[in-house]
Amino acid sequence: MDLKTIPISAWLGIVSASLFAFAAIFAPLIAPYGMSEIVGGVWEPMSSKFLLGTDNLGRDLLSRMIYGARTTLAIAALATIVSFTLGAFLGMAAAVIGGWADQLLSRGVDLLMSIPTLIFALVVLSVMPANILTLILVMGILDATRVFRLSRAVAVDVNVMDFVEAAKLRGEGRIWIITREILPNALSTLVAELGLRFIFMVLFLSALSFLGLGIQPPEADWGGMVKENKDGIIFGIPAALIPAGAIALLAISVNLIADWILNRTTDLKGGRGGN
Amino acid sequence: METEVTDDQFLDIRDLEIGVTVREPGEPPRDITIVHGVSTTLGKGKVLGLIGESGAGKSTIGLSALGYGRGGVEITGGEVFVNGRDILNLSRPGLNRFRGKEVCYVSQSAAAGFNPAHRLIDQVVEATLEHGLMSRSEAEARAKELFAALSLPDPDTIGSRYPHQVSGGQLQRVMTAMALCPKPDLIVFDEPTTALDVTTQIDVLAAIKNAIRITGVAALYITHDLAVVAQVADEIMVLRDGIMVEHGTTKQIIETPQEEYTQALVSVRSIVHPEQLPGEQPLIRMENIVASYGNGITVLDDVSVDIYAGQTLAVVGESGSGKSTLARVLTGLLPSSSGQITYEGRPLTRAQKDRPLDDLRDIQMIYQMADTAMNPRQTIGTIIGRPIEFYFGIKGQALRDRVTEMLDKIELPADMASRYPAELSGGQKQRVCIARALAAEPKVIICDEVTSALDPLVADGILKLLLDLQKRENVAYMFITHDLATVKAIADSIAVMHLGKLARYGTKTDVLSPPFDDYTDLLLSSVPEMKLGWLESVTASRRMESAGN
Repeated sequence: MDLKTIPISAWLGIVSASLFAFAAIFAPLIAPYGMSEIVGGVWEPMSSKFLLGTDNLGRDLLSRMIYGARTTLAIAALATIVSFTLGAFLGMAAAVIGGWADQLLSRGVDLLMSIPTLIFALVVLSVMPANILTLILVMGILDATRVFRLSRAVAVDVNVMDFVEAAKLRGEGRIWIITREILPNALSTLVAELGLRFIFMVLFLSALSFLGLGIQPPEADWGGMVKENKDGIIFGIPAALIPAGAIALLAISVNLIADWILNRTTDLKGGRGGN
Repeated sequence: METEVTDDQFLDIRDLEIGVTVREPGEPPRDITIVHGVSTTLGKGKVLGLIGESGAGKSTIGLSALGYGRGGVEITGGEVFVNGRDILNLSRPGLNRFRGKEVCYVSQSAAAGFNPAHRLIDQVVEATLEHGLMSRSEAEARAKELFAALSLPDPDTIGSRYPHQVSGGQLQRVMTAMALCPKPDLIVFDEPTTALDVTTQIDVLAAIKNAIRITGVAALYITHDLAVVAQVADEIMVLRDGIMVEHGTTKQIIETPQEEYTQALVSVRSIVHPEQLPGEQPLIRMENIVASYGNGITVLDDVSVDIYAGQTLAVVGESGSGKSTLARVLTGLLPSSSGQITYEGRPLTRAQKDRPLDDLRDIQMIYQMADTAMNPRQTIGTIIGRPIEFYFGIKGQALRDRVTEMLDKIELPADMASRYPAELSGGQKQRVCIARALAAEPKVIICDEVTSALDPLVADGILKLLLDLQKRENVAYMFITHDLATVKAIADSIAVMHLGKLARYGTKTDVLSPPFDDYTDLLLSSVPEMKLGWLESVTASRRMESAGN
């Protein structure tokens, strides 16, 4: 692949997403203060000492933003992995096996999707013990329904191709057909979807934290930080807008990358370039 | 620009250059030229046949007569004059006034060309009314005359039907009527009979020829089938890779071709295969097979055929005759509802998923579209190597050696193994599919229309390879095709299928010698022959027969 063919929009996305990832990975090294260390007054303005000011308890906002990136990105990434592994595998299995297995899985997914995701998550999380594992599983399983639908649709298309029939005639097992014949042909579509689902995960996690059911204090995460600082808005303190802006920026950057990947894959499918 | 127009220069193409911008993913766009400096003239009321293999540029040249480039194709040089007017320099409104009035177009797939939501008559007269050439009643009267001239049934009422209510061959004739309705001076026919069955093709061909004669329109007739174009064209231009190879009268091209490439096209199907007589014990015996697709309609009705080791059974029929279904029953993908398949003297399990691995290995299949028969994300080495690994458990270096050996058998270089299907030509892809089937060391290979998507010269190479491999590996073929010329070339025994039933079955000599049953007679006499006047002699003899009855 030639680096020159990557459009500017995708470059912007790549650069800013890498910055977020860098901050998340090296959080303890680059954060000027500790995550829950009270270092100044309540809601101090931006200064050379506190680059983004302080929060509602007098903690350094920049440090909390950097640690927050770590929590938010890690949990969103893990939940995305859960949702993709589960959704893609079940979706392709439903397409390949067909018949009653397909009916069972598809109607089950329909059932799960008929309940508003946020309300469903709120109910489950308030009943289950509040820890990170539960959070990741709930987010992953609820989102897997979307991935299931997409991968089933793609796999149904690939499944009717002659090369899949040739593999079936040869006597290949279902695992081979799913992993070797169908998955490679569905991968580019799934990778583009991966970026979008990741962003939905970030938003979902932030929404849960804002409602108090996500990451529990004193751990920092962006949604929770918006909640902690939201009262400052009344007094003209911008502390709540900074994590909100970071969520927006991350969403746009990942979308730019996903768009570019999607374009590349439709090019591959279109066959003769210009059409 | 004005030029002197004489009647033989009604269409004048000069040094036509056509280019296209190729945008491959991950690579900068580049320009390639697909038509190089082609010139020709066409007189009023004459028919010029453009012939060549796929990628020869024949459709592109045909469309340039409408000043049109399809899918990013651009006319980069040269001039096209119609009636002395330089149409490449017309403005967009000028082109709109010109297209559909002076030059009309008939496409390959009439089914895709008609809007299924409107009645035929409305679509036939649309261009005529759009250009304000006639009043609605005049246009409809002309359409009815044309329907009659094209020997459509019920010319007065057929126009009130919808596209799905007429057959494919009729729809193609309605489209011809649509093109003729505005009284154009030139019609571009783009493979109008390619998608039709042979018995339908002959009717459409005769109708088109008759309509051209009556209306005196000039035509560009684009096709890859030399025998077809020989029936309708006055002149033929042979094209290859966007370059004109030869241009002459039809008689000259057919009888005394000058260029080597034209000679190869004319003499194609020169394969000689001595017929083998059936042995004592058939390898596969299919008896009284009945099959349906779950909706109760019987697709196969009481079909019995035998396949002998090392021989070819050709299954011939038109679309919908059930020939592919017979193959699906043999593979077990569609278990028969009654009937028996005996394999090497023992009954073969009906459903594919219940068959033992050895039975699966013994029956392999080659598909019509090599493009979709290979996983685009696997290398050729993986595609050919997988059956070897799967059935014989060979791995590593030994596997790679076997793949090289297989590539050698299908006459491809060993370094092909690391390539992907998209990097191969159509003929090479089909060879790889043959290698994949052969790698399982089967007793029978089902070949489902394996040559019908290929150009004649390439298809010839594939047939020669298949026959050669049959001799060396003693493999039997069940060869499904609609092309009788192919059957004559390679079969040992023939099964003629018609509407799910066996119309005729026996050794090649038996099936192809008279007395014929009605359907086989119709099928055999419909195959275009590469000689002048064939169409007239067939239609005349059919008319006499029907008059005699």
